[in-house]
Amino acid sequence: MIYLGLFWEFFKVGLFAVGGGMATIPFLMDMSVRTGWFTTSELADMIAVSESTPGPMGVNMATYVGYETAGILGALSSTIGLIAPSVVIILVIARLLLKFHENPLVKTTFSYLRPAVIGLISYALYEVARLTFIDTDGPMALPCIACILMLAAMHKFKNIHPVVWIGLGAVFGLVFL
Amino acid sequence: MNDLADLQPKPTLWELFTAFVRIGVLTFGGGVAMLPMLEKECIEKHQWATEDEMMDYFAVGQCTPGVIAVNTATFIGYKTRGTVGGIVATLGVVFPSFAIIVAMASVLKMFQDNVYVMKAFSGIRVAVCALMLSAVLRLAKKAVTNIPTAVVAVVSFALQVFLGVSPVYIVIGGIAIGLAVFACGKGKGEAQ
Repeated sequence: MIYLGLFWEFFKVGLFAVGGGMATIPFLMDMSVRTGWFTTSELADMIAVSESTPGPMGVNMATYVGYETAGILGALSSTIGLIAPSVVIILVIARLLLKFHENPLVKTTFSYLRPAVIGLISYALYEVARLTFIDTDGPMALPCIACILMLAAMHKFKNIHPVVWIGLGAVFGLVFL
Repeated sequence: MNDLADLQPKPTLWELFTAFVRIGVLTFGGGVAMLPMLEKECIEKHQWATEDEMMDYFAVGQCTPGVIAVNTATFIGYKTRGTVGGIVATLGVVFPSFAIIVAMASVLKMFQDNVYVMKAFSGIRVAVCALMLSAVLRLAKKAVTNIPTAVVAVVSFALQVFLGVSPVYIVIGGIAIGLAVFACGKGKGEAQ
């Protein structure tokens, strides 16, 4: 049955893809070769669509592949398959972490893990920034200026919801880019 | 004993679900791009977690399997409302993706090549950059408190940019350094 197949295939992706959305792509390539549910060029389209719709990319991919393969029930099977392993694993870790978060060993360890995470987040930012300001066909100076202005405005008006900035960004893109 | 969790207001399951639906709708790109939205909803608006905890969840999310957004949602849901909360928050963050893709699958391919959609997305990326930069600065102020932690942050960034080291090893390295510092402190009989 295709639904069980989709659930199982995406369960495996959810279990083995460590590190977020992009990490799922090699698994999906492999899936396309083994199952024939979609071709590699269809996969390229799916990646592009998943990147440009809101939501976490891994989830978008699972929903899209499931939907294209077997309709709405297919989308449901693959999405639940993808998230099931992480939900179970995190529930176990969360229980342990909340129990031991006052432990001095855990406290010291996390005080050094946090700056490492700052490095990780900065790298993600660096990748997005490269895509936005350098690897672009459009103008480069204008987006830079817009970004700096927005950052200054964010600093001044701290209570504005991120959706406002995203909306302003979309308008800026339509008008100037 | 968990006094900290008791002090924070307990959300209803509906509050948890809708907050994570909003986070899911506004996450463009990967899991890390959701950070500004998570901060707004879970730290500023509701005090469900502190900034330190958020970074801990990200660290755990980076080195455990699965989508980071889902991992973080499960964590915050569990912390505020137990296992059911974990599941409800996760369903919330997944729901928008699911609904949007199922509703629009047939037209998405047309949208993707539309010049106006592309322009809007280039602009959205600029906003996302500014939002992420502002989040990184705020979090760094909390996490980078002395020279050793500053070195860890810079080395972690450099290892990824120049050597393409996987986040999994960065997290393992951070844990190893923390453990080593703890062991040394113990050896010298210092209280942390």
